[in-house]
Amino acid sequence: MSDFGLIGMASIIIAGLTIAIGSIGPALGEGRALAQALQAIAQQPDESNTITRTLFVGLAMVESTAIYCFVVSLILIFANPFWAAVQSGS
Amino acid sequence: MRLSPDTIEVFSLGPVSVNATLVFSWVIMALLVVVSWWITRRLSATGDIGRGQNVLEAVVAFIRDQIRQVTNQDPDPYLPFVGTLFLFIVTSNVLSVVPGFEPPTGSLTTTAALAVCVFVAVPVFGIAELGVREYLANYLRPTPFLLPFTIIGELSRTLALAVRLFGNVMSGTVIAGILLSVVPLFFPVVMQAFGLLIGVIQAYIFAILAIVYIASGTEVRQRRAHAEKETP
Repeated sequence: MSDFGLIGMASIIIAGLTIAIGSIGPALGEGRALAQALQAIAQQPDESNTITRTLFVGLAMVESTAIYCFVVSLILIFANPFWAAVQSGS
Repeated sequence: MRLSPDTIEVFSLGPVSVNATLVFSWVIMALLVVVSWWITRRLSATGDIGRGQNVLEAVVAFIRDQIRQVTNQDPDPYLPFVGTLFLFIVTSNVLSVVPGFEPPTGSLTTTAALAVCVFVAVPVFGIAELGVREYLANYLRPTPFLLPFTIIGELSRTLALAVRLFGNVMSGTVIAGILLSVVPLFFPVVMQAFGLLIGVIQAYIFAILAIVYIASGTEVRQRRAHAEKETP
């Protein structure tokens, strides 16, 4: 198989795997955080404003790991350095 | 498929090509300026206020309230910056339901610019509040060994801020595009409504994170004030 095909195939497969595996952890974490927040709101409805805001900030922090995976897969597909090297070499 | 409105060129001014991201950012800026000018043209301080003034006052009161709750400080110094971020992003995301409108926040360039604004605003507010020495000393606490991690953290949170907003808005438009070609009836409408919710929440998260970062840069003074209050 040519270099083009090999790099394209590897990039696309790895990009899919990156976002698939990388989103498992944050998904579990966010689900857990949300469940805890709902429980807290159910117990103390008066504090729901503070709880919701803290939840959003926390979710944003948890989400960043998934976002890094997203960035990596975007780089693999749209800004692959090896792809560019092969293109400029040939 | 288009991933961002960057690739749509509207017109070019000499060597500079003006793309859809720029044009729609200008549209939003013009809209915000004109609407606020039009409403604040005749303000009244009595109980008999117009509808527009009522809406604007509710928005400003909401933002002030959130800032005060996060920082435990007077919200006035932060209100212009954080409020502008929130209003710009929320307008951009909500207007994405208008046909033909490409939300500029769906382009990485816009969100990166906004995140860089936050990145710059943190030391600006921190130095204005604490002074240069005290702000820089903040980096060496609790120990100087953590300095590299603090710096990496500052950079990576800026990246995460930009990519979070970009990813959410971009995925909204891309999913709408895919659904239109697969199930063109009814279902895209549901996803659009869901996208509205996501857009407003993302704008809220962006503004709250900006104020949290700014507050963390001005934190030392509070802790010392606390300590002074407790010692005597």
